[in-house]
Amino acid sequence: MTGEGARQQLLKLALIWLVLLALPIWMPLVGGYLALGTRVLVLGLAAMSLNFLLGFTGVLSFGHAAYFGLGAYGTGLALKLLTNSTPLALVLGALLGGMAGALLGALIVRRRGVYFAMVTIAFGQVFYFIAFRWNSLTGGDDGLRGFSRQPLNFGFGSADILNNATYFYLFVLAIFALAVTAMGFLLRSPFGHTLLAIRENERRARFLGIPVERHIWLAFTISCFFVSLAGSLNALLNNFADPTMLNYTQSGEIVIMVVLGGMRSFWGPLLGAAVFVVLQDYLSSLTTNWMSFLGAIFVLMVLFFPRGVLGMNFIEMIRSARLRLRAPGLSR
Amino acid sequence: MQNAGSLLEVSNVTKTFGSLVAVNDVSLSVMPGELRAVIGPNGAGKTTFFNLISGFFPPSQGRIVFDGNDVTTLPAYRRVQTGMARTFQITEIFPELSALENIRIAAEVAAGFRLRPWINRQEAAALKRREEEVLDLVGLTGKADRLVGELAHGDQRAAEIAMALALQPKLLLLDEPTAGMGDQETYEITSLIRRLHRNSRYTIVLIEHDMRVVFHLADRMTVLDQGRLLAEGTPQEIASNDAVQAAYLGKAI
Repeated sequence: MTGEGARQQLLKLALIWLVLLALPIWMPLVGGYLALGTRVLVLGLAAMSLNFLLGFTGVLSFGHAAYFGLGAYGTGLALKLLTNSTPLALVLGALLGGMAGALLGALIVRRRGVYFAMVTIAFGQVFYFIAFRWNSLTGGDDGLRGFSRQPLNFGFGSADILNNATYFYLFVLAIFALAVTAMGFLLRSPFGHTLLAIRENERRARFLGIPVERHIWLAFTISCFFVSLAGSLNALLNNFADPTMLNYTQSGEIVIMVVLGGMRSFWGPLLGAAVFVVLQDYLSSLTTNWMSFLGAIFVLMVLFFPRGVLGMNFIEMIRSARLRLRAPGLSR
Repeated sequence: MQNAGSLLEVSNVTKTFGSLVAVNDVSLSVMPGELRAVIGPNGAGKTTFFNLISGFFPPSQGRIVFDGNDVTTLPAYRRVQTGMARTFQITEIFPELSALENIRIAAEVAAGFRLRPWINRQEAAALKRREEEVLDLVGLTGKADRLVGELAHGDQRAAEIAMALALQPKLLLLDEPTAGMGDQETYEITSLIRRLHRNSRYTIVLIEHDMRVVFHLADRMTVLDQGRLLAEGTPQEIASNDAVQAAYLGKAI
């Protein structure tokens, strides 16, 4: 990378983190509320985790809600039954989803394309029905209640993330930053390069000496771990977990966020999640049919910006629009 | 029969697909530093034979020994680790990555870094040297930052060969390296292969359709016809072989 390119990259990163860090200040000014920002971070993390697999390994999972939900239930149950340490509950939730991903991933990495996606849905639905039916543990259809995030204790002081929304936002931002940095770091490493290789050309990857299935399994497991961390944060955000978080419709929403934002871009899914969450919040205040409008917007986006919001090349768009305007004159 | 000192020893391999016998009892012995051409009319089983050597699928019968190790049942990615690298008849590259990135991935895997989450400065420097060396060898230095998918066909082929070279292989397997190329590109790839053979001392086995290319390049030739080994020898011997004339050259020249 040239010096100029590296500088631009740094500038972009600085801007992103500044906007996220300052969100508690500017969000109320533009008429939003802070929990909406927290929700964007949580679902943004889920979408970026899915994109680790979809955009950077080239494998589509349509069952990531299962791991999102497992994280949520894991954290909820840990807080309810085991511990009153929020960070510990968070780690336990993420590990639960990550381990489930590792186990099931081992069974499905030999499938490809549509078959892979179908099997991920099927396994996802298994967890959905378990959460739905196992009333005594999960609360069934009513969801898991009776837990709440606990204040953080640093030893030298504490932060009441339960009642102070800004503290909780900053806590989520810190976890988000750790997770996203880890994923970005991995993608730039030799291991991350092998994933790109698999996305680009599986046969070539194999004949470079990469055991393709094993690497897809690793990518799947890592992706499940982080999506389940997002699910854990979601349980903390709502102090609640319910079976729809595990359903394939939730998986679909995460996929939509990724595609909306742009799956070739590292940050695209965060933007996709922001668009999705804000639109959902706004539209659902206007109509109960908000999903139809969101669907229409999604269709239009895919038709006109197949590479997502961040995949748009504005300069190129303006140039080609100009050419199109000029073209009839040339042909006459 | 084991030839003393051979790098690749293929003994009596057969590959059947259902009732079709694609490769029938073929043997081949390649010495280090040799450039061997495998020729034959369409459907002779050349590519299947190549796929057996490179581990695309295992043979139905027979044995393959490479560099002293039996690799008959080894999967493709493990064979690469033993020092075999191949290219494909239809170029297989990473189209949305730059030429340099294509080669870098190969170099990293060859260095044993495929599971590494980070590399240190010295390792990065060694990789960089390797990448530059390989880019220079195939003449892509000026195009290193271009996306491979956007390069001309001949350059894509050069990039694919460069990836194979970045693996630092003991044996280079090239499946029709000049397929679909014009005269100029064919000339460039041919001189690249000659340089790799004569100057860099690579052991090369290649499949080729273009007879001008083969007779110029090869030390020895293996002729397949209908899955069987028809003849083996120097280009001169092959050119004067009656059976080969009948099966192949008579039609081609």
